[in-house]
Amino acid sequence: MLGRTANGLFWMFRYLERAENTARLLDAGLRMALTRDLVTAEEEWRSVIATSGQKASYEAKHASYTGMQAWNFMLREKGNPASILSMFGLVRQNARLARNAISGELWEAINENWLVVEEQLSKPVGENRVLDTVATIRRAGTLAHGAMSGSMLRDEGFHFARAGTFIERADSIARILDIKYYLLLPSLSYVGSSLDTGQWDTVLRSVSGDRAYRWLHAGQIDARGICEFLILDDRFPRSLAFCHSALRENLAALARLHGAEGESNALMRDADTRLNDLSIDEIFEQGLHQFLIDFTKSNSAIGEAIATDYRFLA
Amino acid sequence: MNGAAEFFDEMRQPDGTVRPPYADYCKWYDGQDQRLLRRKHSEAETNFRKTGITFNVYGEDEAEERLIPFDMVPRIIGAGEWRRLTRGIEQRVSALNAFMHDLYHRQEIVRAGRLPERLLRHNDAWLPNMVGFTPPGGVYTHIVGIDLVRTGPDEFYVLEDNARTPSGVSYMLENRETMMAMFPELFLRCPVESVSDYPRRLAKSLAASAPQCSGDRPVVAVLTPGIYNSAYFEHAFLADQMGAELVEGSDLRVVDGRVAMRTTSGYKAVDVIYRRVDDEYLDPLTFSPDSVLGVPGIMDVYRSGKVTIANAPGTGVCDDKAIYSFMPEIVEFYTGEKPLLPNVETWRCADPDSLKYVLDNLGELVVKEVHGSGGYGMLVGPASTKKEIEEFRAKLVERPGNYIAQPTLSLSTCPIFTKKGLAPRHVDLRPYVLVSPDKVDITPGGLTRVALKDGSLVVNSSQGGGTKDTWVLKD
Repeated sequence: MLGRTANGLFWMFRYLERAENTARLLDAGLRMALTRDLVTAEEEWRSVIATSGQKASYEAKHASYTGMQAWNFMLREKGNPASILSMFGLVRQNARLARNAISGELWEAINENWLVVEEQLSKPVGENRVLDTVATIRRAGTLAHGAMSGSMLRDEGFHFARAGTFIERADSIARILDIKYYLLLPSLSYVGSSLDTGQWDTVLRSVSGDRAYRWLHAGQIDARGICEFLILDDRFPRSLAFCHSALRENLAALARLHGAEGESNALMRDADTRLNDLSIDEIFEQGLHQFLIDFTKSNSAIGEAIATDYRFLA
Repeated sequence: MNGAAEFFDEMRQPDGTVRPPYADYCKWYDGQDQRLLRRKHSEAETNFRKTGITFNVYGEDEAEERLIPFDMVPRIIGAGEWRRLTRGIEQRVSALNAFMHDLYHRQEIVRAGRLPERLLRHNDAWLPNMVGFTPPGGVYTHIVGIDLVRTGPDEFYVLEDNARTPSGVSYMLENRETMMAMFPELFLRCPVESVSDYPRRLAKSLAASAPQCSGDRPVVAVLTPGIYNSAYFEHAFLADQMGAELVEGSDLRVVDGRVAMRTTSGYKAVDVIYRRVDDEYLDPLTFSPDSVLGVPGIMDVYRSGKVTIANAPGTGVCDDKAIYSFMPEIVEFYTGEKPLLPNVETWRCADPDSLKYVLDNLGELVVKEVHGSGGYGMLVGPASTKKEIEEFRAKLVERPGNYIAQPTLSLSTCPIFTKKGLAPRHVDLRPYVLVSPDKVDITPGGLTRVALKDGSLVVNSSQGGGTKDTWVLKD
């Protein structure tokens, strides 16, 4: 496979994951806003925008936080390079670039999704449409993953695509945890308290983990339990441990297919050593923030090593 | 219907009876519910949008993607008609290939006084560094599109030869897929020759032209200018269908005397490059130093016989309309036979007598730039205003050698589906021809382009034309 094509597949799935994660955040934010008074809702939108990593670009354009303004910014605003509309454009562009490395079914899923999403986001999205729109976007992602799972050859292209998915997902989870941790727990003395279960509920919803968490923890919502769940529970597909274990498999498959291990495999092994056998208490001891910073760094270093190992760029 | 009898119609004879190739189709059509057909007609567009078969329009902002309108009434050619056509096409394409070889070697045709030397000297597509070099297998024109028009039951003319990088074959394939999806029952009733193995034939034909240094399974790559090119969809489509890599200039470089592509496991030699870039973007060292699209040094590898470039650099000479006007002589010179497919009568404006005739009759003629393509920069006399004609006259007088003129042909019509039922529109036909060292392979069918406006003679997609599925019937 061409290095440029591998790059296209990797980023196609990173952008798809990013668009989906933004949609999940938006979903959780909308739900929160519906159950709160206006003042808290404003705080909530500030937090949603911050969690999505779009605070600076939002505040450069808007002086206040209102729901309509915030979700339109995240969904479609021109000048927001991280908007869902712009992400979908990049997903499709990378799919075109890697067109002869993906199945026809996957291409059609991406292309059809793009047409639908583009149409829905062509005009400002009002209160009456916003839930539907977010649902459409989330369905679009599900459709693409389904088409891929059911039709794509399990060759190197598949593993580049999956590596992109898991690196992006891990990055997003770590960011959500880090930002929420600080917003909610300004001093360590709060750790373990149930200061605002509503906020933690939002965190779970924004990674579609509310149901799974309730099921496993019988409704006990506390910061510690949630952190353990999102960091260490490898049964949950949106935990750091799950992402890393999937990524490890993809990287091993790539090394096998290319007959040699590279820098990315070495970095992966280091990351494994750090995460393995770590308990949530140890993480809290070294500081959650520090842990998340280290994790994010190592995660993106693996991404960069993949690009070098497999000659993504000339 | 205005002037229906003036033009030859593919479906009906002047007395209204159905021509034999359309017999089965018309029987089926008459039994159809018009409302259902209208619904299918609008579904067809959705289908093309979904598959993403689009082209980018030159000069539009942000490479906007457009669909070429598709008409669901097929253009049908009888088995006998097709046999006659293929003989003529094969003769013409063989002559073109022999002509290219001669042009870049002894130039016998110039020595024999059958072609003026100035036509080469003044031809931008002529490449001095191809002189004395023979491409692998002796093939110059691996893929050719011959544009044909019809004016009567047995009157087919060649309007243009496309030997540089003919495009549109993906529409031939997707139009058929769409027709089969929309009307499966039609293909059970009508014996239509398949076109769907074109990509396999193309892959085979390209592999057969591979250089000697290649292995048992030559590595083929499609070279595209990139996703912003108007025909990118087609490049990706063909690469995908052939199981070939789709490369850009930046993926290629010269490694150890071979052209190699950057794969995830290092550089890997490429044997055959099906290039969809123009000559000047092939090699910045040879052609255009400021180009970012090419592969530095590729021409040296080519000249050492270590890679096949399809079509060969310098084949654009054949697309020149002044050269076209000599095609009858060219066919006769290299095949020793009279051309089976005639040219359209052509006046070369470089010739003073012809120029005078053309200037006196501008209102009736079609005038084209010799290097032009895609329907740009041409005058269709009968469809132009006085002002347009006068503006064109000035350009023509200034650079007569830049133009040729042809009579306005009575192009045949074929019905299209409209809200009010079937209505005749003018069509042309581009069959696709593959040339390898051992054979000329013509896929039964091609691309039928249709002028969607009533009375219009311009079928180019860039000028609002559409396409149809093209059927060749089995015996």
